[in-house]
Amino acid sequence: MWAFTLRRLLYAVPVLLGVSMLVFALIHLAPGDVVDILVPPEVPKEIADSLRRRFRLDEPLYMQYLAWLSRLLVGDFGISFFTNRPVAEELFGALGNTLVLALPAAVLGFLLGVVLGALAAYNHGSWLDKLFSATAIIGVSLPHYWVGIVLVAIFAVVLNVLPAQGMGFEGIPTSWDHVKHLILPVVTLSLIPMGVISRLVRANVLEILSQEFVGALHAKGLLNRRVLYHTLKNAAPSALALMGLQFGYLLGGSILVETVFNWPGSGGLMNLAIFRRDVPMLSATIVVLATIFVLINILVDVLQALIDPRVRR
Amino acid sequence: MSVAKDAALLVGAPRSNARGKLGRSTVDTGTGELVGQTWPLLAVENLTKHFALKGGLLNRTKAVVQAVDGVSFDVQTGETLGIVGESGCGKSTTARLLMHLIPPDIGSIVFDGLVVGAADGGLSHRDLHRQMQMVFQESYASLNPRLPVAMSIAFGPLVHGLAKSAALKRAMKLLEAVGLDPMLFANRYPHELSGGQRQRINIARALALEPRIVILDEAVSALDKSVEAQVLNLLVDLKAQFDLTYVFISHDLNVVRYISDRVMVMYLGKVVEIGPVDHLYRDPQHPYTQALLSAMPSMDPRRRTLKAPLTGDPPNPISPPSGCRFRTRCPFAEAVCETASPALLAPPGEELRAVACHMRVPGSGHSRAATVVSA
Amino acid sequence: MADVAVLPADPSGAFKRAQQGKSYWRRVWERLRDDKVTLAVIGVLVMLLVMVVFAPWFTVHDPYTGSVLRRLKPVGTPGHWLGTDEVGRDLWARMVFGGRLSLLAGVVPVFLALLIGGFLGVAAGYAGGLVNSAIMRLTDVLYAFPSILLAIAITGILGSGLQNTILALTISFIPPIIRISESVTTQVRHLDFVEAARASGAGPLTIMRYHILNNVLGPILVYATSLISICIILAAGLSFLGLGVTPPSAEWGLMLNNLRQALWVSPLVAALPGVMIFITSMCFNLTSDGLRQAMDVRL
Repeated sequence: MWAFTLRRLLYAVPVLLGVSMLVFALIHLAPGDVVDILVPPEVPKEIADSLRRRFRLDEPLYMQYLAWLSRLLVGDFGISFFTNRPVAEELFGALGNTLVLALPAAVLGFLLGVVLGALAAYNHGSWLDKLFSATAIIGVSLPHYWVGIVLVAIFAVVLNVLPAQGMGFEGIPTSWDHVKHLILPVVTLSLIPMGVISRLVRANVLEILSQEFVGALHAKGLLNRRVLYHTLKNAAPSALALMGLQFGYLLGGSILVETVFNWPGSGGLMNLAIFRRDVPMLSATIVVLATIFVLINILVDVLQALIDPRVRR
Repeated sequence: MSVAKDAALLVGAPRSNARGKLGRSTVDTGTGELVGQTWPLLAVENLTKHFALKGGLLNRTKAVVQAVDGVSFDVQTGETLGIVGESGCGKSTTARLLMHLIPPDIGSIVFDGLVVGAADGGLSHRDLHRQMQMVFQESYASLNPRLPVAMSIAFGPLVHGLAKSAALKRAMKLLEAVGLDPMLFANRYPHELSGGQRQRINIARALALEPRIVILDEAVSALDKSVEAQVLNLLVDLKAQFDLTYVFISHDLNVVRYISDRVMVMYLGKVVEIGPVDHLYRDPQHPYTQALLSAMPSMDPRRRTLKAPLTGDPPNPISPPSGCRFRTRCPFAEAVCETASPALLAPPGEELRAVACHMRVPGSGHSRAATVVSA
Repeated sequence: MADVAVLPADPSGAFKRAQQGKSYWRRVWERLRDDKVTLAVIGVLVMLLVMVVFAPWFTVHDPYTGSVLRRLKPVGTPGHWLGTDEVGRDLWARMVFGGRLSLLAGVVPVFLALLIGGFLGVAAGYAGGLVNSAIMRLTDVLYAFPSILLAIAITGILGSGLQNTILALTISFIPPIIRISESVTTQVRHLDFVEAARASGAGPLTIMRYHILNNVLGPILVYATSLISICIILAAGLSFLGLGVTPPSAEWGLMLNNLRQALWVSPLVAALPGVMIFITSMCFNLTSDGLRQAMDVRL
């Protein structure tokens, strides 16, 4: 078991190295370099060049990469071009805000997903199941950022019961007013995980039920407790794995929803960094988000191996 | 040391050294003697294949499956050599080693006097495939579902340079040879055929390159009994029609008896007995062969199996027993069986058979072995 | 193909049809033909494509000229049946013309990813060993990014515009296609008929051509079509973030972004471009589902 965990962790190292190389390569493929961004074009060439020397931009690429990487590893993410504050500060604050969004969205999405999927499977063939299938297809085809806009249009503009954007608090929500700011973005964010999980749960439960009810058992609507327990136990590993993955997506891919709701999370931060051409901020954010995603993947694998010993090869 | 080499010494040198057929030789099953000159079409020496099981932290080799271990035998031109054994004994691996679908770890294959794979003057793999082909066990996966069956048959000749129209013409002729009307079947797809028909296509495909030796790996095992009989008879007819040599692998003892001239018995990767079919079935020498044959249900009420012939579980090919591999299930096992692995030797007085058992070797130390009389 | 013997007289062609086997693709086509829903959806898509390509024929106004006087007219205004946008341009015209860029950015990346990823995946699946490991490890590096993040990283750093959008999305979709190609190819490679082909002495390229590709293309193609709907959503999403197509081009995601401020004034108009994204994505989803059903032929 520990060998498995160790192997997975060791394996992540080259992947993360690859990630860092990719981001670094992208930065250097971009037209113009850091100095061009910082300095207005009228500045004479000598000053620009001396700045380049100060930033060590005249050194060979691999040395720049190694320097950048070693700084990253000790947590020095550099100074933001725009705010002149250390990137790490802003980044981790923003990540916290994203977490405030992602956790409830995950819980909501997973719970509803499991319930809807199981219900659909238990009522296979009935109008409930067909409704589910229709909803599932619609759900997968909806751009979730558009749903966010529509929700804002309905609840904020027309009905005026919920705020249209912004976080409205720092840290953890402590009042109903804080929660009001959370409702729309959380619902929007939970749509995709809900859709994905419910489809998987429905498929798994159907498969298990088809094995269990071979023969004459007609327990329509009757939840046989043993069957339920057995079903959940069998459906759990792959569902949990998918949930882990979805949580990773929620953390790393929240930028669209955060843009719609002007939420100051890591996605919003990335957005700002892009528009301000704030290269240190942007590259650090990308690397950190990718690293989190990889670590979540490893965690999911380890948990799966814990539950299902067949996975440990 | 194989039986056939001894026989070759008895009967004399081969008639001709030219590549090509050197005359047919058969084993007269009545007298057990070799008729005609002999020069084995296929000579296999010390074939060994181990598979490594990897795992652990650094993907180290955790264990080794000794699938085939030191197997040697000959196949005479024009005969049918049957290979029998339980699942896991290494028969299918041997087949694939012969066809060079997997490379052997140790051992050599000599086809018609030429060493396969030898750099200087040997037989290239490509040329080997022109002369040796294989019929697989019927399954949905034995024919490409996306190709019409005529194309499946014509593929081999196509690869070896025949023009498409000529290859297809040959496919048509082969379809007819295996009993399928080319007009009706040429453009059909595998899913439109029955199991027996698909197996006929398999056979036609094997014959497309005009090989001299055909390896049949459980070729009739997946068929219904009636169809099995038809296909077996087809195989016998084709053998005569095209002058073929067969290596027939099966776990079904009755089928092997019907079609083979000589039979080879394998257990856990090793050859335990080999000999002319009637001799072997009438008077098996190795305890494993005896057990296998006694386990066959018989129509004769006088031949009832009263005691279970084999005890114990089939051991793991990963860690086979030391010495004689059969000793854990052998009712006659003794101390010498644990320490020494018996060699495949011809029992005294019977040059055409070979057994790997201490009981048949005089002076081996087994209580049932004959004592050596010092001359 | 068969030029062997003399055929009996066969006026109705029944004998010829009986002779002619039904290939897999033919059976897929027949099943598709019977699937009314999928056919209808494909019809809608074709209609959409025609409208988008021949946009001037279907619209009255020019999508680029607007008048400040006619800003944000609501739905149902005479002359602008879907209203106008924040600069006064006709919304219907913008949506139809916008379809060009949106569909382009939605389909081309998947197509390119199919070519590149399919080639790499099949090669990895067939070759096995080191080649397989190398390709799959590279894929893992790309998989470390949630798909949006990778696309944003590329366009965010390299710059916006249609070219970079297509590049970014292509790279985002290459890993899943490599994965499925490799998986399917590995399965096929171990089947008996491939072994028989190797036993005939054929080389890898010949085997791929006759035995692997025709068995592997089906599942890969179906998977790729299911990616198109996601790509359309992502492409519009990138433009929504300002990372895709740049103004004044018409594109659905960009329009969503531009109209955000208008949400308070004219919510219906502001939400309309999203409807197009939704409908198009839904059509592609239904088509790919129908295709998958048709290809699930029991052999």
